[in-house]
Amino acid sequence: MDSLLNSSRPSVFCPGCSHEQVLHALDQALTGMGLSGEEVVIVSDIGCSGLFDTFFNTHAFHGLHGRALTYATGIKMARPDLKVIVTMGDGGLGIGGAHVLSTCRRNIDLTLLVLNNFNYGMTGGQCSSTTPQDALVGSGFLNKLEKPLDICQVAAAAGACYVSRASTYDKGLVEGLKKAIAFDGFSLVDIWGICPGRYTRRNKLTPKSIEADMAKLPDLGDYKTRNARAEYGHAYRQEAAKLQQAAEPVRIEATCTSPEQGRREVVVLGSAGQRIITAGELLCLAGASAGCHAAQKSDYPITVMRGHSVSEIILSDIEIEYTGIENPSVVIALAPEGVSRRKKMLTDLSPEALVIKASGIELPISPASVIEIDFKAEKIKPQDWALVALAVLADQNKVLTMDMLKAALKLRFRKAEYETAISMIENTKVRT
Amino acid sequence: MGLTLMEGNEAIGWGAMAAGCNFFAGYPITPATTIYNTMLRLLPPKGGVCLQGEDEIASIGFCLGAAMSGMKTMTATSGPGISLYSEQISFAIGSEIPIVIVDVQRLGPSTGSATKGADGDIQFLQWGNSGGLPVIVLAPVDVKDCYVLTMQAFNLAERYRCPVFLASNKEVSMTHETIDLDRLDPPQIEERRAADANHPFMPFGVNEEQLTPDFLAIGGRCLVRQTSSTHGMDGYITTDPEQIARMQERLDAKLKKSVSAFIYYDEYRVTGADTLVIAYGVTARAAMTAVKKMQHGNAKASLLILKTLWPVPEEFIREKAAPYKRVVMAEMNLGQYVREIQRLLTGKKIDFIGQMNGELIKPGQIQEVIQNG
Ligand code: SF4
Repeated sequence: MDSLLNSSRPSVFCPGCSHEQVLHALDQALTGMGLSGEEVVIVSDIGCSGLFDTFFNTHAFHGLHGRALTYATGIKMARPDLKVIVTMGDGGLGIGGAHVLSTCRRNIDLTLLVLNNFNYGMTGGQCSSTTPQDALVGSGFLNKLEKPLDICQVAAAAGACYVSRASTYDKGLVEGLKKAIAFDGFSLVDIWGICPGRYTRRNKLTPKSIEADMAKLPDLGDYKTRNARAEYGHAYRQEAAKLQQAAEPVRIEATCTSPEQGRREVVVLGSAGQRIITAGELLCLAGASAGCHAAQKSDYPITVMRGHSVSEIILSDIEIEYTGIENPSVVIALAPEGVSRRKKMLTDLSPEALVIKASGIELPISPASVIEIDFKAEKIKPQDWALVALAVLADQNKVLTMDMLKAALKLRFRKAEYETAISMIENTKVRT
Repeated sequence: MGLTLMEGNEAIGWGAMAAGCNFFAGYPITPATTIYNTMLRLLPPKGGVCLQGEDEIASIGFCLGAAMSGMKTMTATSGPGISLYSEQISFAIGSEIPIVIVDVQRLGPSTGSATKGADGDIQFLQWGNSGGLPVIVLAPVDVKDCYVLTMQAFNLAERYRCPVFLASNKEVSMTHETIDLDRLDPPQIEERRAADANHPFMPFGVNEEQLTPDFLAIGGRCLVRQTSSTHGMDGYITTDPEQIARMQERLDAKLKKSVSAFIYYDEYRVTGADTLVIAYGVTARAAMTAVKKMQHGNAKASLLILKTLWPVPEEFIREKAAPYKRVVMAEMNLGQYVREIQRLLTGKKIDFIGQMNGELIKPGQIQEVIQNG
């Protein structure tokens, strides 16, 4: 095949635009590599370079400004066999900078052609991320204040394995593009060119000056050795192949009998590290092991190691509608951090409610009955208080039974943890 | 057999798998993160792809690229992420890219409260795109809905080639609940309709009656074009007002005309009631408790739970409300969906109850409005 260009859609760039030359170079590179249109996807960004996809007879994806690499990544992960080429201007480079960096870090097999002409052509020649500070552009004095970006240095620093600088006018461009496209990993080619429509109206830029300016740029050093690694998709599939399929969700058999009917609300108030959420989960599992519906909500700060931890549990033999706590039948109060979060609820407790609290915890006055446990005297570690409190509750045959608690422990813990937990709860009688 | 204890977000993940999802990308954000965690656990070992984007824009971008390559994709976020998705959402609408987008709503505006629930994005989900075309929004009430409606969302995305939102809420998504997975009523799995690869392919080609174009994936024998620009049936830019108008009108009609095929709802009818409570999401649960508590008293009310919020099932709501004199709308915001209800039920007295304080609306609050208006 001699061309992948769409003969019925000739390009429409301004006369002399460097994009025109890159378009033909890319076509020659693709055909020179023996690629057919079906094997290639051109993902184009926004701006004049965003027209690229329309001139080719290949698969094409034209999306939002700066986001071309994101679509290309999705396409490549879905179809590793396709050659995915992204065209983007220096505008897309700036607005989509985060994606450029991340694509370098990922090393997914895409080729990014940066059609770098130092300004936003389509919108009127405003400054971009690569505009020289002394250039006259459509952004007034603003470009004087911002340093232009050398994307090749940035990409090399960000972990790219293949980075190259090229002038549109360089005879080796086609070969350079072929090499970049053939590279198994992310390749970035920063292609400098002239935008006669906007940029060179007020700035002097020639193929010669481009060559001279490029020669002045610092060498990229040994980034290739530094960054060499497997292509992302290969590595991804290799890692994924090592994984075990997730087990089907556990179905909990109703083997126990619930000591109570109707809706029972339990609130566990503690602090981070007291395994309050686990206790809530145990209660739900205990309920399910007696065929009850269960719901659990947790409340804790964004920080993990400190602050309050509150768990609200509802068990019911009929489906649970409202998931808020209205009239708790049991409150387990283990730390002031949790207690202070539910002051009002504690004041409003009904006379039928039961409070199990750690010694030393101060509670607002309420008509509820109280069981106090001196965990410290019993030498129980704070992370086990909640479990022991559940055992005390089971001992009262309130909300759950000892059988239910044991069934829950079996569901929740592995053997060793389970045995420790069982021996702990079997000693609770002594403690209350 | 037996109950399973599962978080709403986990159920969304399992529902997605059951619907055939094979591509997920997301960015961690409370209260949606556990969807990402679940997909990371479920997808890669099954040969699917789960990615973490560098931001939300990338995450949904990955999905759009993958969706056009034939994958069934999902992403999940919360209000701040939906805001960043916005431009990509407009793209998916206008360029007919199937994708399921979960919004686990949290209390806004802006960063707001990461761990507090709200239904504050309900109008935003519909109108947060440029161009103002309709979208599909489904709202789960509980863990069961998280599973089944996610499946429906995938089906609708495939059927209509469009983004479908699951408007969850921290209070549904991060609540662990028992679910009987063996007694669900899962829908048949649907796939987007493939175009005949032996005929010249028009990526947005439709015949006279057809509202959704047939699909071919990027990478097949037929060349496929996708573009965010205003396009004709061939996927090339067009400036022809007639073509443009036809396309816009089709996109508008595609969902609005079809909504009767996907009205998901629940109801609780109380004989002798002259009030209808309308609610969705987690608030529907408080409303259910409220109407049940009052069903034997003087002030009775029935309940309509909407699970398809957008496009507004207008005829359906009118019909359901017809027997009642009064409507009470309850939602976890300061009055969003009630605007639709007011617009539809002009002859009725409409009382509203809403709040934005991070707390659930209590059954008692709804009872009070049913009682006193
Ligand atoms: S404005 Fe510049 S970049 Fe755009 S087509 Fe014209 S010369 Fe080329």
